[in-house]
Amino acid sequence: MAGLSAGRLLSTRTLCSVAPASQIVELRDVAIRIGATPVLRDLDLTIGPGEVVGLFGGNGAGKTTLLRLLATQLRPTSGSATVLGSDLAGEGRLDVRSRIGFIGHTPALYPELTLRENLAFAAAVTGHSGGEVDAALATVGLAAAADRPVNACSYGMQRRTEFARELMLEPELILLDEPHSALDVAASDLVSHLTDDVVARGGAALLVSHDRERVEKLVGRSLDLRGGTLA
Amino acid sequence: MSTQVALWPQIRAVAGRDLLRERRRGEVTWVTLPFGAIALLLIPLAIGIDAPTLRNIGPGLYWIVVLLFGVLVTVRRTGAASDADSALSARLGIDPGAAFIGKSLANLGLLLAFQIVVGAVAVVLYDIPLDRWPWLFVIIPAAGVGLALLGTLAGSIAAGSGGSNLVPFLVAPLAIPLLLGATQALDADLSDGNGILAWVLLMLFVDLVLAVVGVLTARPLQETQ
Repeated sequence: MAGLSAGRLLSTRTLCSVAPASQIVELRDVAIRIGATPVLRDLDLTIGPGEVVGLFGGNGAGKTTLLRLLATQLRPTSGSATVLGSDLAGEGRLDVRSRIGFIGHTPALYPELTLRENLAFAAAVTGHSGGEVDAALATVGLAAAADRPVNACSYGMQRRTEFARELMLEPELILLDEPHSALDVAASDLVSHLTDDVVARGGAALLVSHDRERVEKLVGRSLDLRGGTLA
Repeated sequence: MSTQVALWPQIRAVAGRDLLRERRRGEVTWVTLPFGAIALLLIPLAIGIDAPTLRNIGPGLYWIVVLLFGVLVTVRRTGAASDADSALSARLGIDPGAAFIGKSLANLGLLLAFQIVVGAVAVVLYDIPLDRWPWLFVIIPAAGVGLALLGTLAGSIAAGSGGSNLVPFLVAPLAIPLLLGATQALDADLSDGNGILAWVLLMLFVDLVLAVVGVLTARPLQETQ
C-alpha cells in the first residue's frame, strides 16, 4: 500500500517500543443485561500493550455487545471494566473514547460529504493537518476517489475510508467488527496494516469475526465467546 | 494518539460540516423555506381577512411561521444529533460543548437566511410597515439565536431520550418567551424605543439562558446516548 512507512510495515504483533505499564483492557466479572436479557456474564478479559486478539463466536454470543462495551458505547451492568486506565462505568469514559478506534458494521461517515471532506473534518477536530488526509486516502488506495461523495461510493470503499481515518487518528486500541467484510483481496491487507500500526505504538487490537481461518493468521491470541462468556 | 485541540477549530469544523451537508442535501432550501413562504400565502386566503387587518396581524403571523418552520430547520436530517453522529463526535474527541455551539451556529446561519427570505415575503404579501426597521437588525438575530439554541438543545435532549418526536413538546413551551419578545417588539402600539428595548432584552436574556444550559448539559446528554 502506498503511503505506509517502512516502519509501519515492519512492525510486529508483539510489544514494540513505547509500552505503557498498565493493561489496555481489563474486565473483571463483567455482566451486561439489556432489558431483562443477560447478554454478557462472568466475563474476565485482559489485553495488554502490543497484543492483537481475535474474538470468535456464533450469532448472539455477545461479540458485538462486548465491542460496544469496549468502545464505551455501553456501561457494564456489574463487574469492573477498565479501558486505557478509564473506568467504563464512570464519568471519564467519554474522555477515553477518542483514544479508541472502532470500525463496526455500519460506516460512520457523513453520506453527503466526499471521502476527503469526511477525513478533513476528522482532521480538523483532532488537530491533524490536511496533508495527512491525502496521505491516509492514498494509503488505502482511494486517492483517485477522494472527491466522490460517500453516498456514491460502494460499501467496500466506505470501509476503506474508515480504515484511512483510523490510520490517521492513531488510536491506542482498535476494535474491528468483521474487519474483512466488503474488502476485496487487495484491500484486505489493510486489516494487518492497521493492527500493525496500532501495536507498533504500544497499543492493542481486538478483531471480532466469523472468519476464523483468515483472522487467526493476524492475531497472537484467540478467544471464543459462547453464551455471553469466554469459553 | 489523541491530542487536546482548541475549542474554536472544533466549533468552526462542526458548523462548517453541518452547513456543507445542508448545502448538498438542500432540506431547508428546497423544502422548509418554500413551505414557510407558502404558509404565509395560504393563511390569509384560508381565513379571508381584509388588508388592514392583515397588515395588523402580519408580524404575528410571520413570527408564528418562523417559530414553527424554524424548528424544522434546526431538527433537519443533516443537523440532527443522531446516535451515529454523537458516537462519531465522541470518537473524534469533539468537546460536547463545542459541538453544541457549532451546531447552533450552523442552525443560526440557516435560520437567519430563512427569516430574511420569509420576512421579505411577509412584507410584500401583508404590506407590513417598516417604520422601525433599524430594530429588525437586533430583533431578527436575537430571535434567530434563541431558536437556534433551543432547536439544538431540544434535538440533543430528544436524541438522548431516544425519540425526535419529543422535539415539538420540548420546543413549544420554551419558545413562548421568544415569540412574545419578537411580536411585542414590533407591536405598532409601542410608541417609544424603551418599550421595544424591554422586549429585546427579554429575548437576549432567553438567548443567554439557553446558551448556558446548552453548553452545561451537552456533556451529560452525550453520556446518556
